[in-house]
Amino acid sequence: MQTLKEIQESIIEEFAIFSDWTEKYEYIIDLGKSLPLIEPQHKTDENIVKGCQSNVWLHADFQDGKMIYKADGDAIITKGIIALLLRVYSNQSPKEIVNSDLSFIDSIGLKEHLSPTRANGLVAIVKRIRIEAIARTK
Amino acid sequence: MGINIDKIRADFPILQRKVNDVPLIYLDNAATSQTPKQVIDTIANYYAKYNANIHRGVHTLSQEATELYEGARKNIQTYFNAKESHEIIFTSGTTHGINLVASGYASLLNKGEELIVSEIEHHSNIVPWQMLCEQTGAELKVIPMNINGELEMSAFDRLLNAKTRLVVVNHVSNALGTINPIKEIIKKAHAVNAKVLIDGAQAAPHIKADFQEIDVDFYTVSAHKMYGPTGVGFLYGKEELLNSLPPYQGGGEMIHEVTFEKTTYAELPHKFEAGTPNISGGIAFGATIDFIKGIGIDNIANHEKTLLEYATKSLLNIEGLHIYGNVANKTAVISFNIEGIHPYDLGNILDKLGIAVRTGHHCAQPIMSYYNIPGTVRASFAVYNTLSEIDTLVKGIQKAITLLK
Ligand SMILES: Cc1ncc(COP(=O)(O)O)c(C=O)c1O
Repeated sequence: MQTLKEIQESIIEEFAIFSDWTEKYEYIIDLGKSLPLIEPQHKTDENIVKGCQSNVWLHADFQDGKMIYKADGDAIITKGIIALLLRVYSNQSPKEIVNSDLSFIDSIGLKEHLSPTRANGLVAIVKRIRIEAIARTK
Repeated sequence: MGINIDKIRADFPILQRKVNDVPLIYLDNAATSQTPKQVIDTIANYYAKYNANIHRGVHTLSQEATELYEGARKNIQTYFNAKESHEIIFTSGTTHGINLVASGYASLLNKGEELIVSEIEHHSNIVPWQMLCEQTGAELKVIPMNINGELEMSAFDRLLNAKTRLVVVNHVSNALGTINPIKEIIKKAHAVNAKVLIDGAQAAPHIKADFQEIDVDFYTVSAHKMYGPTGVGFLYGKEELLNSLPPYQGGGEMIHEVTFEKTTYAELPHKFEAGTPNISGGIAFGATIDFIKGIGIDNIANHEKTLLEYATKSLLNIEGLHIYGNVANKTAVISFNIEGIHPYDLGNILDKLGIAVRTGHHCAQPIMSYYNIPGTVRASFAVYNTLSEIDTLVKGIQKAITLLK
C-alpha cells in the first residue's frame, strides 16, 4: 500500500515523460473517459458541486480507518483530474489527508485547473475531500 | 468603404501577446473587448497631468480634470443623441445603471403593477427586477424566445396591458447575438404608457443607438465592451424620468445642501453620482467614443458582418457542430456546441492553442434551460479580428475534437 506522498511522487514521475501539453491532455482525457467514478445512486443533489463551467459530484465513505471517495464530473478534462485526485486521496487515512498538500498538481503543470477563476468545481471538490477527512479525525 | 485591419490591429498592444507560446487570438469580445492605445494613453495621461478630484476645487488641476470629465459626458451625449448632457449619468457599468433604475422604481411601483422582461436577458437584467418585484409586490412577466433565439413578439403584445409600468429588454443578446426590435418594443410599450429600459451593453460596440430616433426612456452601456476601460459606463434617462427617481446612493457630490433636519439633492446628473467617480475611466470613455468615430461604426459593423458570415459557414462544416441563435439580424457572436463534447473541454483545449473563447452559461441561464444544455462555447468578434483567425479557430476545434473523441 503506497502512502499518499508516494502516490503523488509516482504521478509526478509518470507526467515527466510527456514532452508537450498534447500528450499530457491525451492522458488526462483517457483518464476522464475511463469507467464512471461514482455509482449512479451517489450522483445526488446533495453530492453535486455546481461550478459555473462544469459540474462535479463527490461522495465520501469511511471504512476500516480509511476515507473512500467516489467522484465524477461532466466535462472530461475535469473528470480526468478528479481521477488523479481520487488516486491520491481515496484509501488514505483522514489524518494523512488533512496533513497533505496539493503541490503535485503544480509539479505536473495542471495548477491552472485548480484556480478559482476556472469555476470548474475542482477547488470545491478538494475542499470537500478535506472537510470530510477532518470530520473523521475528531 | 473598407477598413485597414493591419492599422487597426497596430493600435491594440495586447494583440502582440503570446498565450501558451502561441500568438493570442482573442474571440471573447462580448465579455470584454480589448483596449486601443488611444484609450490607454488617455488614462496614463490623466494620471500624469491632470489627476485631481472633480467639481470640488478652485485649483487649476481640479478645473482641468472637471473639464475633461464633463467633455467626455458631452461627447457621449452627442454620439448617442441625448437632448441634454445631464441625461448621461456616469456609472460603473451596465449592471450599476440597471440597479440604479430598479432601486428608484421601488418607490414608484405599486402592488399588482407589472414589469416585462425577456427570456434572453443577461442575469444583470433579470435579478434586479426580481428583487424589485419582491420588494414591491409587482409582477414580473417574461417575453418568451423561440428556437432561433428571437423574441416572440405576438406574446409580447399579449403581455402588454394598462398595468405594465416598465419593459426591460436588451438591445442585443450576449449569449446569442440576436438584435431585438427595440424600436417596435418601445413604441408598443409607450402605447400603454409603460416606460422602457434597454440594456445596450452588447449593442454599443456594433450599433449606434440614436436616443431621439428610438425614443427610449433608459439605456445602459458598459465602456469595457466597446474598446473602453473597465469600471465605467453610463445610464441615459430622459430628464423628467431621472428627475422622478429618488437618488440611488447618498454621499458627497450628490447633495445641494445638508443639514440634520433636511438634505436637498443636487441637480442632474450629480444627484446620481455620489462619491468620487472613476474620473480617468470617464475621460477615457470619451476617447473610446472618438476611437469608434474614427473608424466609423458602420465600417465596424460591415467588417464584423463579413467575419460572422465566414465564421458561420466555416463552423457549420464541422461535423456535429450546432449553432444556437440563428436569426438574420444578429451581431458577430456565435454560440455553439459540438455533439458529445462538453463546452468546458473545448474551451480548455482552445486556450492551450492561444484562442480565447467563452464557455459556460454566459450569465443567461434561462436561455440554456430553453435549449436544455449546460452551456455553450461562444466566439464573439470585434473590429480587429481577421478571417485567418477564424481559420485558426476552425483548425483548433478540429484538433480538440481529435483529442476529445
Ligand atoms: C447584455 C448584457 N447586459 C449586462 C451585462 C453586464 O455588464 P457589466 O458587467 O459591464 O455591468 C453584460 C455583460 O456581460 C451583458 O452582456
